[in-house]
Amino acid sequence: MSWEAVIGLEVHVQLATQSKIFSCSPTVFGAEPNTQANPLDLALPGTLPVLNEKVLEMAVRFGLAINADINKRSVFDRKNYFYPDLPKGYQISQLDAPIVVGGTLDIEVETSDGLERRCINLTRAHLEEDAGKSLHEAFDGMTGIDLNRAGTPLLEIVSEPELRSPQEAVAYLKKLHTIITYLGISDGDMSQGSMRCDCNVSIRRSGTTELGTRTETKNVNSFRFVEKAIAGEIERQIDILEDGGSIAQETRLYDADLNETRPMRSKEFANDYRYFPDPDLLPVVIDDAYIDAIRAGLPELPEAKASRFVSRYGLSDYDAGLLTGSRALADYFEATAGVSDDAKLSANWIMGELSKRLNQNDMIIQCAPVTPDQLGGLLLRIADNTLSGKLARTVFDALWDEGGTADGIIEAKGLKQVTDSGAIETVVDQVIADNQPQVEQYRAAEPAKRGKMVGFFVGKVMQASKGKANPQQVNAILMKRLDG
Amino acid sequence: MLPDTIQTALAGLKAGDYSAAELSTDFAARARAAQAELNAFITIATDDQIVDMQSRNRGADLPLGGIPLGIKDLFCTEIMPTTCASRMLQHYQSPFESTASSRLLASGAVCIGKTNMDEFAMGSSNENSFFGPVHNPWDHQRVPGGSSGGSAAAVAAGLCLGALGTDTGGSIRQPAAYCGITGIKPTYGRISRYGMVAYASSLDQAGPMTRTAYDAALMLGVMAGLDDQDSTSSDAPVDDYVAGIDAPLSGLTVGLPREYLDALGSGPVMDAMQEAIETLKKSGVKFVEVSLPHSDLALPAYYIIAPAEASTNLSRFDGVRYGHRCSNASELGELYARSRSEGFGPEVKRRILVGTFALSAGYQDAYYKQAQRVRRLVKNDFVAALEKVDILLAPVTLGPAFEIGEKTSDPVSMYKEDLFTIPVNLAGLPSISVPCGMHAPGETELPLGMQFIGNYFSEAKLLNVAHQWQQLSDWHTRKPAVSKRQTGDRETAR
Repeated sequence: MSWEAVIGLEVHVQLATQSKIFSCSPTVFGAEPNTQANPLDLALPGTLPVLNEKVLEMAVRFGLAINADINKRSVFDRKNYFYPDLPKGYQISQLDAPIVVGGTLDIEVETSDGLERRCINLTRAHLEEDAGKSLHEAFDGMTGIDLNRAGTPLLEIVSEPELRSPQEAVAYLKKLHTIITYLGISDGDMSQGSMRCDCNVSIRRSGTTELGTRTETKNVNSFRFVEKAIAGEIERQIDILEDGGSIAQETRLYDADLNETRPMRSKEFANDYRYFPDPDLLPVVIDDAYIDAIRAGLPELPEAKASRFVSRYGLSDYDAGLLTGSRALADYFEATAGVSDDAKLSANWIMGELSKRLNQNDMIIQCAPVTPDQLGGLLLRIADNTLSGKLARTVFDALWDEGGTADGIIEAKGLKQVTDSGAIETVVDQVIADNQPQVEQYRAAEPAKRGKMVGFFVGKVMQASKGKANPQQVNAILMKRLDG
Repeated sequence: MLPDTIQTALAGLKAGDYSAAELSTDFAARARAAQAELNAFITIATDDQIVDMQSRNRGADLPLGGIPLGIKDLFCTEIMPTTCASRMLQHYQSPFESTASSRLLASGAVCIGKTNMDEFAMGSSNENSFFGPVHNPWDHQRVPGGSSGGSAAAVAAGLCLGALGTDTGGSIRQPAAYCGITGIKPTYGRISRYGMVAYASSLDQAGPMTRTAYDAALMLGVMAGLDDQDSTSSDAPVDDYVAGIDAPLSGLTVGLPREYLDALGSGPVMDAMQEAIETLKKSGVKFVEVSLPHSDLALPAYYIIAPAEASTNLSRFDGVRYGHRCSNASELGELYARSRSEGFGPEVKRRILVGTFALSAGYQDAYYKQAQRVRRLVKNDFVAALEKVDILLAPVTLGPAFEIGEKTSDPVSMYKEDLFTIPVNLAGLPSISVPCGMHAPGETELPLGMQFIGNYFSEAKLLNVAHQWQQLSDWHTRKPAVSKRQTGDRETAR
């Protein structure tokens, strides 16, 4: 008696155009309320929508990137309902003739049987305008309406209900996120609402084909929450059905604090939207030439880029996959490799030290205070032995905290690696002279056990040289002195 | 002696017979003097506002420099409120100007005032105004027609030299006929709808209302043309409407739609039209009977499509951001329901309800979609007919202006007013309404009109035919007796 979850995702992506979809107001996030709402956004009488060309281009770009069909004649429809954050009393959207139809997304999920690859089908993607924001706190029993967001262009991307687990849903979302950021059509910042996910979840007996009643959990705004919301909803539905109850078809909201979904107040959403083609807008008619021009301008997509990283830079599939996780990261890597001329070293430092620092500071790569030029410069000095491993990290920290160049820091802090054998010999001799008991212990020990004891002397030498002595040379000279 | 056409006014201004300032202030004074009797205006410009408008044009040689015009209160204007004759927008001040009115103002015209109209352009008698009905200058007990009743009355009574109206189902042509003036509804998309408060988006068109076709050509020339702010405005090149206006009529073939004449039946309009046909024949015009077989379906199709579009266009009037908001609403639903119930008049509510129904689930296919299919049939009839003839000639109304209150208790009888005008809007074709006769049911003479209907973007041809008709007739020169009494010309005042 096992259950199967059936999940479909509707993702609303805010397109990164400078102006809104039908008005020329700016779309910058975080502005003072109602400072980015012009007469059209306010739905003042007499205003008319005019389609932003860039919006169309971005939608087509997306469609091509997912190998979908581009509708050469698409239509904008009015979706009618009353709510204060919807100034016209209708939302301009697309119903029967969306700009993008079909398409696929490849995802990979870790399962108990290993890495599973699946190809998920998309139903469609259409253009629509975003509503404003309703703010229910801080207004003393009333509601504040901020219309800055009203009219922001959205691409609503709908998947077929082919996802089978919260993990698959997250993998799909992450893949979608990668593609839209790669295409440059959105910054995909879920915390700012650039990407919002509605999760349609139903369950059925394993092996059956009929769909169960589904619920829709709206506006989930992080990958983690999506996973939890879906998992919670699956569990809730299973509990209900196993108790003999039935699922109510309803809209729900995910509460992150309580980690549960609960039904949304149904009043906001009328059941009958009375969709009909918007008579203020003409059907959008595009030709093959238009589509081909956009196709020619598509950037290298993640899978192609990862393959190229493997073949050109000799990276492993795993490393290539990680580094192409975002276009910004991939670009960062290539720029660094270009400066340092050492792809492997660049990859290691980016996936290691740099990523660690970024995560600690909750930063994205675009905000990294260390540029590819700076990092590349540092890597050059490691490669030519100017810097030893530990000191390289010191230089990196300095680059991060203070800026400058690797060469500048090495100079200023006198961190140049000591490779002069004579100098190292002097230090080694001193260390041996100062640590006779340990030397005797070493010489008395069996050869097999000596390996571990060398570390003590190496440490002393590095300490005495303030970390600057070349480790390989230190080892070689120490072994000669200790064994010889 | 004040001029009575734009054409003569321009000549008079050039000759120095009067100044632009004198012209505007005199017409504004006339407008104020007639306001109590006719109620043609909702707002009349103050002398300061007139001076301000005048000052913008000083020194420039503009096509409509100094010409006083009325602007239907459906157009957003920056200088005066825009009420749409509704309680909903009673105090509304638009922060931007409509394209149509801004092009008129940029060409030097002075806005004497915002004219009265049926609320949100819904009506055929100007009895649906929050600010009270407009009275026909020819007979104050009668309607001027609607919805551009105020514009028609103002021009007919000589309160301005021309006016801007709108026509969705006949709202320029029918009041023009009832008031004995000329009015043209251009091809859909010819004049921008930006700033023109939307009633039925796929049908609405702005147009000039004047004493003569020549004046209409002057106004149309200034307003027509592509506007990037209106996605439905056409990029078809704008003809010089004055250049060919004197072309002779001989060789013109005019179609007479049989179904229209059958519906009209005998009576004063038919008599006047027959006489007009005879006059035109003498100038070499050929008349041919044509058929528009789906004519009887046009009215019902319109009264589904227009209310449907209107029902959503008017959703924005919800008391939240501007316009009338009810007092002390305790929650959102109440805010919406009371603000809208209080703000809208009964005809507007009626059409919103009809329109919402026609779009609703389970009914949209049978009503809205079906009406759109019928619309295509109506349009195809015209296109076919216009392949055989140059233009069509048709009645505008069934008779002269009816009495105030005569049809208000029966909305459908009011809707039938638009029988001859609606099909043209459904097809998107241009049409010009011109005076063609007089009828005196009692003592008072009442004007009668007829319309020429042309192919897409054939306004130049229509204006030419109308202008030539006006050289062969003098109906358009008649003025209502009452207006002579209340004009308060400087001549009489001296």
